[in-house]
Amino acid sequence: MSYRLTLAGATHTFRDLATLLAKATPRRSGDELAGLAAASAEERVAAQMLLADVPLARFLEDPLVPYEEDEVTRLILDRHDRAAFAPVSSLSVGEFRNWLLRYETDTATLTALAPGLTPEMVAAVSKVMSNQDLILVASKTRVVTKFRNTLGLPGTLAVRLQPNHPTDDPSGIAASILDGLMYGCGDAVIGINPATDSPAAYATLLRLIDRLVREYEIPTQSCVLAHVTTALRCMEAGEPVDLVFQSIAGTEAANKSFGIDLALLRESHEAALALKRGTIGDNVMYFETGQGSCLSAHAHHGIDQQTLEARAYAVAREFRPLLVNTVVGFIGPEYLYDGKQIIRAGLEDHFCGKLLGLPMGCDVCYTNHAEADQDDMDTLLTLLGVAGCNYIMGVPGADDIMLNYQSTSFHDSHYLRQVLGLKPAPEFAAWLEKMQIARDGLRLTPATAQHALVAPHLAASA
Amino acid sequence: MQLDPWQSLRRVTSARIALGRSGGSLPTRAQLDFRLAHARARDAVLSPFDPDALAASLRLLDREVLVAESAARDRAEFLQRPDLGRRLAHTSRTLLTDRASQLPRCELVIIVSDGLSTLAANTQSEPVLAALLPLLHASGWPLAPLIVARHARVALQDEIGEIFRAQISLMLLGERPGLGNADSLGAYFTFAPAIGRTDADRNCLSNIRPGGLSPAEAAHKLHYLLTQSRRLGLSGVALKDDAPALGSPSSTPLIG
Repeated sequence: MSYRLTLAGATHTFRDLATLLAKATPRRSGDELAGLAAASAEERVAAQMLLADVPLARFLEDPLVPYEEDEVTRLILDRHDRAAFAPVSSLSVGEFRNWLLRYETDTATLTALAPGLTPEMVAAVSKVMSNQDLILVASKTRVVTKFRNTLGLPGTLAVRLQPNHPTDDPSGIAASILDGLMYGCGDAVIGINPATDSPAAYATLLRLIDRLVREYEIPTQSCVLAHVTTALRCMEAGEPVDLVFQSIAGTEAANKSFGIDLALLRESHEAALALKRGTIGDNVMYFETGQGSCLSAHAHHGIDQQTLEARAYAVAREFRPLLVNTVVGFIGPEYLYDGKQIIRAGLEDHFCGKLLGLPMGCDVCYTNHAEADQDDMDTLLTLLGVAGCNYIMGVPGADDIMLNYQSTSFHDSHYLRQVLGLKPAPEFAAWLEKMQIARDGLRLTPATAQHALVAPHLAASA
Repeated sequence: MQLDPWQSLRRVTSARIALGRSGGSLPTRAQLDFRLAHARARDAVLSPFDPDALAASLRLLDREVLVAESAARDRAEFLQRPDLGRRLAHTSRTLLTDRASQLPRCELVIIVSDGLSTLAANTQSEPVLAALLPLLHASGWPLAPLIVARHARVALQDEIGEIFRAQISLMLLGERPGLGNADSLGAYFTFAPAIGRTDADRNCLSNIRPGGLSPAEAAHKLHYLLTQSRRLGLSGVALKDDAPALGSPSSTPLIG
């Protein structure tokens, strides 16, 4: 069905629900590149006004990508929990925004609601929300996950230690891991993006972290962010795989371009569960996403990039991940042009993921061809901290020398922890105390060359 | 300010480790070093590219050089519209088509572009070509004129390769700069180039710059890979880089 609104004599018509969603999306370069964006600022608000009147239930009746064509649509609709949806089933998108903002809508309400929401519903409501709405509602959600520590508790902020090296050199990677641990980072995961996708390199890096985690009894988990098929091969070979990583997207076709489907994810999820390497929990998956991935894979079905991003969260949700990370500014200015667009997208992704029940973290980041700088990242980092983001990235000096982009640093995590009083995961905070790295999870202790972590490294490299 | 006692580990990685701290924050010097690196990267991305000037210097390599433009009209449009960077401007298409019609079918067409780093194109392409062209000449490759293309993405090599009916197209273009490697050039080649090829059909050499893969090493490696591609009649994932390692210290004497 089409949607029509007349404003002071000008009539705005939108062909269908997908068009309405796309035109209602706050401006971003990726939708303009796809030819889906509103042609004027007024058209955008007209679309938002019409979208506000769309009943939430319509997203169940009118799938954006046909059920028969797309396994992500099938997953979304087959898994939809009607009972959980009941409290909001009669609301329109605009009424749903009001409902989310009520004092009475608290953490317990939102946790119970999550299985009743679909990605399209949360994407739609985000489009009529301001940045402060996205922050306020996200701050009321709480998603706790466990493997060797507890992530997502109130008052905590975890950090993925990202020690990448352009040639996967083990001593270079070990030096960055040491740097991060001595800065109190690494509770979310110690996660390496390998330079190549070879199983041999994967195993070498995995064993490096595994040895460290066992030797120093670090309550954290490891991950090498290679393709899921590489993880499967290494699990078959008996390598110490903690978390299985995969980049995922919001359509079957885009996932196919990543060389995956739901069956493959299910197979790897089961293989990782069977290893039983988690000591206090069994959330074994780590997913990364990012607006624009479907368009870049020529698999967007005429749907805007933010709605497609939310659909990727339905894929993630199926596998009870420990961590989901929206790598918000990595894809470049053709999808998110500047700091303003990156900040908005980061808040949308965090909000949508949390509302759907996911342990959202955010790679607050940008590339050097985007109109953005580290001050924009400070802004998004702060906003996400206020919104209750589960974790951020910790890259030495915010400079990833392998992936050639800028993210957030170990120092940035101390800034955020100080201004908001946030602490690491409790098990990790206790370890930092025991190792005399940080007191109270907040303040770093002056380190010496004789420190138990530092001395062996210095001796080995002397 | 607190120093980190593991500063000696900076020998094993170029990552920004052991920066020290003031409270939990970055010391002033490290903060400004970072800003300088970002400023250089931005300048490399944004500085205007003068294809005629580069063409003039490449003509000194004793080759015919043609200048072309992608459909992206300026740098801002180029950054936001990768699709425009993948096809030729109408006038350039006409120019190249006319010239190609006067020439026999060629084995290889080489294209140089600013891509995402004007600095890389201006500093690395000439030394790479100065080393590569004699190797190609010695092994008897019929070459199309050199093309200097402004505002190109990798896939522009497909359209240009098609116009020159080339067996292989090779593009040298500025890579997206990281901090500290704003001058990095990439080399991509495609066997049987034609509009619609994908990245899976290409081979790539990355990080060509003095501190990475040196222009001379890159030229040797490219010559090897291009020869293999021509011999096997393919490129992309099926063509493996099993050339003797040229980057390791033990093999440096191999470099002419």
